[in-house]
Amino acid sequence: MSDVPWLLTMIVVPAVGGAAVAALPKGRDALAKQAALAVSLLVLVLAVLATVAFDTGGERFQLTTAVDWIPAFGVQFALGVDGIALVMLLLIGVLVPVVVVASWRDTGPGGRSMKAYFAWLLVLESMMVGVFAATDVFLFYVFFEAMLVPMYFIIGSFGGPRRQYAAVKFFLYSLLGGLVMLASVIGLYVVSNSQIGEGTFAFDALRQLDIDPGVQKLLFLGFFVAFAIKAPLVPFHTWLPDSGAEAPVGGAVLLVGVLDKVGTFGFIRYCLPLFPDASRTFAPWILGLAVAGILYGALLAMGQSDMKRLVTYTSIAHFGFIALGIFAFTAEGGSGAVLYMVNHGISTGILFLVVGMVITRGGSRSIADYGGIGKKAPVLAGVFLVAGLSSLALPGTNSFVSEFLVLLGSFPTRPVFTIVATVGIVLAALYVLLLIQRAVHGPARGKVTDTAFPDLRRREMVVVAPLLALVIGLGVYPQPLLDLINPAVAATMGDIGSDPAGTQPATAEQGAN
Amino acid sequence: MDTVPATGLLAATWLLIALPLAGAAVLLLGGRRTDRWGHLLAIGTVTAAFVLAVLSTVELAGLDERSVSVDLFTFVSTGQLDVSAGLLVDPLSMTFALLITGVGALIHVYSVGYMAHDPGRRRFFAYLNLFVAAMLLLVLGNSFVALYVGWEGVGLASYLLIAFWYTRPAAATAAKKAFVMNRVGDVGLALAIFLMFTQLGTTSYEGVLGSAGLLAGGTVTAIGLLLLLGACGKSGQFPLQAWLPDAMEGPTPVSALIHAATMVTAGVYLIARSAPLFDAAPAAQTVVVVIGAVTIMIGAVAGCAYDDIKKVLAWSTVSQIGYMFLAVGLGPVGYAAGIAHLLTHGFFKAGLFLGAGSVMHGMGDRTDMRRFGGLATTMKTTFVTFGLGYLALIGFPFLSGYWTKDAIIEAAFDRGGASGWVLGGVAVLGAGLTAFYMTRLVLLTFFGEPRWEDGVHPHESPAVMTLPMVVLAVGSVAAGFLLVEAFPLADWLAPVFGEPEEAAAHAIPPLAVSVLVTVVVALGVLAAWLLVGRREVPTTAPVRVSAPVRAARAGLYADAVNEAVFMRPGMRLVRALRIVDDKGVDGVVNGIGAGLGGSSARLGRAQTGFVRSYALGMLGGAVLVAGALLAVTAG
Repeated sequence: MSDVPWLLTMIVVPAVGGAAVAALPKGRDALAKQAALAVSLLVLVLAVLATVAFDTGGERFQLTTAVDWIPAFGVQFALGVDGIALVMLLLIGVLVPVVVVASWRDTGPGGRSMKAYFAWLLVLESMMVGVFAATDVFLFYVFFEAMLVPMYFIIGSFGGPRRQYAAVKFFLYSLLGGLVMLASVIGLYVVSNSQIGEGTFAFDALRQLDIDPGVQKLLFLGFFVAFAIKAPLVPFHTWLPDSGAEAPVGGAVLLVGVLDKVGTFGFIRYCLPLFPDASRTFAPWILGLAVAGILYGALLAMGQSDMKRLVTYTSIAHFGFIALGIFAFTAEGGSGAVLYMVNHGISTGILFLVVGMVITRGGSRSIADYGGIGKKAPVLAGVFLVAGLSSLALPGTNSFVSEFLVLLGSFPTRPVFTIVATVGIVLAALYVLLLIQRAVHGPARGKVTDTAFPDLRRREMVVVAPLLALVIGLGVYPQPLLDLINPAVAATMGDIGSDPAGTQPATAEQGAN
Repeated sequence: MDTVPATGLLAATWLLIALPLAGAAVLLLGGRRTDRWGHLLAIGTVTAAFVLAVLSTVELAGLDERSVSVDLFTFVSTGQLDVSAGLLVDPLSMTFALLITGVGALIHVYSVGYMAHDPGRRRFFAYLNLFVAAMLLLVLGNSFVALYVGWEGVGLASYLLIAFWYTRPAAATAAKKAFVMNRVGDVGLALAIFLMFTQLGTTSYEGVLGSAGLLAGGTVTAIGLLLLLGACGKSGQFPLQAWLPDAMEGPTPVSALIHAATMVTAGVYLIARSAPLFDAAPAAQTVVVVIGAVTIMIGAVAGCAYDDIKKVLAWSTVSQIGYMFLAVGLGPVGYAAGIAHLLTHGFFKAGLFLGAGSVMHGMGDRTDMRRFGGLATTMKTTFVTFGLGYLALIGFPFLSGYWTKDAIIEAAFDRGGASGWVLGGVAVLGAGLTAFYMTRLVLLTFFGEPRWEDGVHPHESPAVMTLPMVVLAVGSVAAGFLLVEAFPLADWLAPVFGEPEEAAAHAIPPLAVSVLVTVVVALGVLAAWLLVGRREVPTTAPVRVSAPVRAARAGLYADAVNEAVFMRPGMRLVRALRIVDDKGVDGVVNGIGAGLGGSSARLGRAQTGFVRSYALGMLGGAVLVAGALLAVTAG
């Protein structure tokens, strides 16, 4: 089965599907949805089959495909996945069909046809698969930038009242980061040219370079800025609340759930192995930003009056946890961070979707317009609560495992940062339970009494059911995902010079004295 | 501690957790279809778990090696960390399992009557089942991580049940407060686990407790203090006690099961389970006893001032758990005594809460004791069972509290030196105050002239409610004697805490302690009779009262301090940060953006229609830049 070009298929299928949906004649919106759902489900099947074909005990990069693309510069169209990329592909596979079904009854601003929306979703899926599956740094960069286009149109054409402002901000911000990264990508090429004699963008070759520490720092910063904007670390974050709040809910799920993960994925895939010295040099500063983001994001989440903005600020706090796990340079922290990337996609996905269902009913994003949802729509309220509990990383939900691993793994090498970050779990309880108290508890009022406010419909149950199952399933039995992730993280920690077997406990010797 | 793999029935102890968990799942997922029979299923799962717990305990008692492990599956394995989902079945965990399932089953039965007319009955039983499952995981888990999972799980159940009547703003607020204050404690528990892992590379009881002696002194003290922070949060101990009285917003069976008999004693379990760590950290133990002593007084003083029957009982719980903390903080002489008091308290406090619930049931859900009075004749069963619980709590000779509380007071004196006298003195004084506030409660509720509001017609509760009260009353009478004299708990727990040792010399002879406590208790009762029983009770609380009474009524200002130190500055910080983020960080970004774009007018235009060509132009430009750079470097 490993001869099948799974990854290429996973890029081509949604791209072709997206083009086909776009080419449908006007007024065929229903067919467009059905086609988008079929294609996205096919990609999910492909992702599962690719996982089956993946051997956890085998080579780091598997399911590889490589063809020369721009031979003059050594650019290859090279694909391959390690466990880290593979779990992200699984996440994409799950989230896109969920988003398609969730958007089934959405209407575009001013009655605009939603056909293009579903087409862009599929194109976005193709680009997202590409960005995680690329093993050629130049190809990664191309997908990194190309991914902006479908998301730009999803926000700019189908979003809320300030959609165009948000879309431009998103686009310019990301593009700027990407261009800085491009300079570093070219820098890598130059270094490889001088060290190996021929320029290359192949990740595995670049990983073996021995780059002068001074140059490393510059190149590192190029990548870092791009990634710190994408998975926004404070203070690079202000585009996210605007984009997340203005994007249609389905787009917001993919934006925060997957697109932003390219940033944290970039940290662990590119920054650590390619620039180990620079990573170590800058680690304290980045950890500072990460921990600041945990507190800052949580406090601002508490202060939001707009439900969707609130969710984006919680994500800023969560990205802080992920960065903490990555830059603590331990196997446990790294695996926790990667697992966090998946879990955050699931839990923020479901939280965004539930918030979207509330907003669809009440017609307002303001928390103050709601109250007592529990009385009027108990099932919706229950899902809201579970989504919130996953966001605050309650044990038994998926997020607990990853957050606990990040903190536990960071403590041995970075106790001070970890202690401050752990305070974040109190703030997480506050921002989630404040939201629940305001919107779900109390007597029914505001939009909840002014509108029909029906409970969950069957289609909406289909949307949340798979995510709820994952929230609980991965909370109780996360080990299958960790089995995929562990070898790749161990290899990365080996590159950075941390003991791949994990932290070395100070153990007995010291205590016995 | 040598642990052997489970065989026979003990290999099935995971069912203890699985049964109520399955019950909760069926009730929550089944929806309205399960409305009619859901409560019966809930009772069935907990009762089955109780039967299984009894049989397992019998089997455990027959083993030579009374420490049995049940390995289930690998929960998390990465790097050095390897956490297996597994159970530790030993005398300590099974003692708790019996308490949780036994009292739990009784309270499930009682709730059938108490919640009979509540439209949310199914949801209530689902949450109760969920609680039982989480609590059993807490005590049966074989590692600190498993304990943590159960620990936050019971926190969730507590949150859901306090907020059960969530349309009441007070209930919603109290639930959130409970969860958040518990999470403050959880930070301590989590950090303790991280520190264990850093030092020992494991989080299992076997690995950590077996190596406690290898840890450096400062480290083990730090672990002890962090665990204590967690214990204080869960058990409503100073300085995290303020949530527990508010938790009385939940239905009364919840107060009985979760906020009196089981969950709030989890902190005591945690310290007892971690005995080898605390034994290696005398400084941490000292802090435990001080917290215990301080909390005994806070709870007892506040208990004297409230007029709400449930709040008085809640403060009493705070105070009684203080005794348990004091006991387990004393080290090996106190562990069994603390657990014994925990068990007898489980009986009589659960019984008292159920009695209070029965009174409320008869009084149309009122809780203000100033509008009670004279109920002894109208609610006879409730009065008798409540009365026995009352006598057990204040330590009436030969009832439960007498045996278990006196043992703790004795151990406190035996600590020796000035600290022994101070701790013993506080414990005796606490016993006197307990007698005072409980006598006041009984006098206000059951004696004197009726002060009922119009339209209130007190009546005895149905048998489904009174029967559990009778069972618990029997326990309140007998449990102390059984656990201290007849079948000493200390012997049963010896595989966990070591063989009980007689104190070499008593600071005060045990008989003298007994007499002293009994005299002080009698004084407390007398004072209550003089101040409350003899006088006419005003139906509204007097307003012009002395400063100490005002302080006690305000829960010794714990809420005021929390608000002044954390909540109000926190809210100001949030508001300030919002301005910084919107105007500061984002303002700079937009300013730069406008500057780069040439003028803010152009950014404005971008927003009004030309945006697509503009953005695509940027992408085109990027591709050109890329091409140019490539050409230069490759050429």
